Amino acid sequence: MIEFSLDSRSGVAPYQQVVQQVRQALRLGLLGKGDRLPTVKDVVASLAINPNTVLKAYRELEHEGLVAARPGVGTFVTRSLSDGSLAAHEPLRRDLRRWLTAARTAGLDEESIEALFVSTFRAAEEKTA
Amino acid sequence: MSAILRAQGLGKRYRRRWALADCTLEVPPGHVTGLVGPNGAGKTTLLSLAVGMMSPTTGAIEVCGGRPAADAAQLAKVGFVAQDTPTYPTLTVAEHLRLGARLNPAWDDALARARIAQLGLDTAQRAGKLSGGQRAQLALTLGLAKRPQLLVLDEPVASLDPLARREFLQSLMEAVAEFELSVILSSHVVSDLERVCDHLVVLVDSTVRVTGEVETLLATHHRLSGPRREPHTLPADQQLISGSATDRQSTFVVRTDAPILDPAWTVSRLGLEDLVLAYLQRSNQPAPVLAAASAAGPTLLAVRR
Amino acid sequence: MIWLTWRQFRAQALVVAAAAVAMVTVLAATGARVARLGREPTTVYEQLTRADRNLFFAGIVIMAVAPAVIGAFWGATLVAKEVEAGTHRLAWNQSVTRTRWLATKLTVVVASVAAVVGVLTFAVTWWSEPLDGAQSQTHGNLPARLTPVSFAMRGIVPVGYAVLAVVLAVAIGAVLRRSVAAIALALAVVTFLQIAAALWVRPHLAPPVVRTVVLSLGTLDGIAVNGSGKVLHITARTNAPGAWVLSNRTVDAGGHAATIPSWFDTCLPPPGVGVVREEKSDLGSCLRRLTDEGYRQRVEYQPADRFWTLQLRETALLLLGSGLVTGFCFWWTRHRIS
Repeated sequence: MIEFSLDSRSGVAPYQQVVQQVRQALRLGLLGKGDRLPTVKDVVASLAINPNTVLKAYRELEHEGLVAARPGVGTFVTRSLSDGSLAAHEPLRRDLRRWLTAARTAGLDEESIEALFVSTFRAAEEKTA
Repeated sequence: MSAILRAQGLGKRYRRRWALADCTLEVPPGHVTGLVGPNGAGKTTLLSLAVGMMSPTTGAIEVCGGRPAADAAQLAKVGFVAQDTPTYPTLTVAEHLRLGARLNPAWDDALARARIAQLGLDTAQRAGKLSGGQRAQLALTLGLAKRPQLLVLDEPVASLDPLARREFLQSLMEAVAEFELSVILSSHVVSDLERVCDHLVVLVDSTVRVTGEVETLLATHHRLSGPRREPHTLPADQQLISGSATDRQSTFVVRTDAPILDPAWTVSRLGLEDLVLAYLQRSNQPAPVLAAASAAGPTLLAVRR
Repeated sequence: MIWLTWRQFRAQALVVAAAAVAMVTVLAATGARVARLGREPTTVYEQLTRADRNLFFAGIVIMAVAPAVIGAFWGATLVAKEVEAGTHRLAWNQSVTRTRWLATKLTVVVASVAAVVGVLTFAVTWWSEPLDGAQSQTHGNLPARLTPVSFAMRGIVPVGYAVLAVVLAVAIGAVLRRSVAAIALALAVVTFLQIAAALWVRPHLAPPVVRTVVLSLGTLDGIAVNGSGKVLHITARTNAPGAWVLSNRTVDAGGHAATIPSWFDTCLPPPGVGVVREEKSDLGSCLRRLTDEGYRQRVEYQPADRFWTLQLRETALLLLGSGLVTGFCFWWTRHRIS
């Protein structure tokens, strides 16, 4: 089971935040096929958000084919996003840590590191697109 | 689906002053509707009319298909948690539940007891000794266990500390998820409502300024900033909500269904709070005059809260 | 709804009930002796102890005050306290219309006040009956039950005042929305009504008996004289024991109210101070001369046997007034409170 959290200053609509968090959990292997998502009531009770927000997020996930609702039982994960790639996560994370250490020793502060990463990431994406 | 609340030319006058004027409004069922506006805008008056605590001076209001508080059956359809969540200080928590059970034919005693247990309230405690948050929860329990179709709450969290506020809204949302209840709640603090409401009514100076689904409102309102220009030069399909300016720069909040194509503008999304504030600003300056710019920075329009 | 009404009302109800039980106990304990004394009507006054007389007057005072006080305290809080605390917004949003809410509350409180005051007035009326109007030949007497001193403190009239006090206090509380102010104002209004009823209403509830009396030593009751020897007025005897005398006036031959002719002042024997009771031969001739000149004494009174007639009529009036005020309470609660 996963727990959601909302950042009200992110500018991202709450339902999209829920969708993103489910996707991320699927990618990171926190959620796998057959796992049950928290019930709408549980999400609502912990986040104090409108139930329609959660329903909308779950509907979108269903539409994407990631989950399926079984009436009266709950919403279950039908597909995992982590297949195959999950094994590669650990070495990649190690590389990234090494890179971060290198960046710090080079004198970059946190903001500069983030800026460098984001701009490189965007530039790379534009090239592939 | 027919509206859970329908007001037609609704007005209420106290002696000389109109607390609410010419209010025409439809609130769809199945939503959590936030009623926002500054203090004194008429929120309590509108909600009091909706639950039948008072009768309108002009116009008509229909709630759950009937005239508010017309009879016992109508009263059973609508729950009300009044401002400052009144309870009887000398009655215990258990006696409040008994009161609810005696006075409401559809009373859900299991729900009431489960909620009280979940909140950890001592049933032998007198309501006068409860904290503000506990009292609000007790009042909410009474409103929910009555099993209404519509629950109306007037500034339910205004006097609560942040934790109690959060817990109250959690309880409320949990009940909405469980019972498919329609809710109308008022607040003068938009951030309280941001997560819980999916429908919004903005009330300023006794009149309804804007109403609609939160998502639609957020999608159709934009903040434009760019080089200084006069508001009347905006395209006709962009309705100006508020504006401010320095000698070089203009910032406008506009409402439009069409995409904004003018490349001179930097377009940004509005949060719910900014959106409501834009309407409040407009009320202060019905036709924003963007002269008298100060060199020091943007002219901030005063916001009445 | 009855449960809630009782739960909110029980503390004040129990206090009053306890006081009423205490009072009834005292009256029951002493009542038998007073009833025994009452069998000798001619000597009853002489046999009374100071405690008996104190209790007699205490009964009058309590029955004068209790209906107004109980009514005001119970009635004033009924709506006003809810509005003060905002709890009317809780109560009126249960599945009970506010008309039914008020009807239940009023029924319980009015029935309670009628019951308590009913028991009190029954006990006091029973206890005082042998003593009401007791006369002594030598020193003083006790007021008859028809006179304003004790009429509204006997029989069923106190219940009428209690009911009126409750509904008035409810109405005033609903309008003022302040329970303490409502108690004070309701007390003032009921007290005023009690006085006004005795002065202006009760005398006319039944047409009084009018008798014209020829003044003589046998019919003379008293002559009031001021400090300089001027005769102010003369009173005649009614020969109606226990009656409530409304007026006792000297009239001239034409039947019009008259001032006493000035020759009468000098005719009177000295030392004309206060009320003259002694038989004097020349007083008799003075009275004869008055009669010869056409002066008569006109006495208007309510005879003692009208007691229950007047009680019923005054109570009916009070209940009618209570009904009107109750109607106002419903109207105001429905339309003017939010």
